[in-house]
Amino acid sequence: MSDFRTRVEGERPYLLRFASLQLRDRHSAEDVVQETLLAALAGEAAFAGRSNLRTWLTGILKHKIVDAIRRASREAPSADEDLMEELFDESGHWRDMPSAWADPDAALEQKEFFAKLEECLARLPARTAQAFMLREHLGFETDEICKELGVTATHCWVLLYRARMVLRLCLEQNWFGK
Amino acid sequence: MLSCKEVSRLVSQGLDRRLGFAERLGLRLHLMICDGCTNFKKQMEFLRKAVKQLE
Repeated sequence: MSDFRTRVEGERPYLLRFASLQLRDRHSAEDVVQETLLAALAGEAAFAGRSNLRTWLTGILKHKIVDAIRRASREAPSADEDLMEELFDESGHWRDMPSAWADPDAALEQKEFFAKLEECLARLPARTAQAFMLREHLGFETDEICKELGVTATHCWVLLYRARMVLRLCLEQNWFGK
Repeated sequence: MLSCKEVSRLVSQGLDRRLGFAERLGLRLHLMICDGCTNFKKQMEFLRKAVKQLE
């Protein structure tokens, strides 16, 4: 590993703390830091002559954070955290423990069930729905979806996780009854 | 011990990537004693099956 690369990599913990503070979400923080480090390594020449590596990296990171916030606000008004807050308490326990669904396979015989499922899908934010359908309906692998949507693998897993959580709740409330 | 929140995330990721050994172990231990997460896991598998059959 080159000296520059080692030094850049050494700033990762600092940058991650900085980004987490701004974004309040570990996954997005990891994503922006990753983007920052890649941009820094590709732009080594731009750094030449400047004295403070951390200041330079933080400058790049700030732009990446702004981009991430812009992306997120385009996508979903309510962030991940709201949903998680609704589902889990502070210690990570279910607020409402999932109970078994009665005879789910019988639902698969009913047209009305699939109509309901489509309604639930329509409630997802566009990008979340795209990722989910690429994965579950078209059977793409995660890395293909990432490429298709231009997001990192971590972000992709977050999208799929969010989609599943929303769909589960929606089906429970609208089909399996509570 | 993993929390239910972490378990739900791992159950989801388990549908998208191969989990590491420690993740699989943590998941299995939790599922052995947690009905809520066991139900959740079954529902996730059902959801996958249902969406595949969507026309």
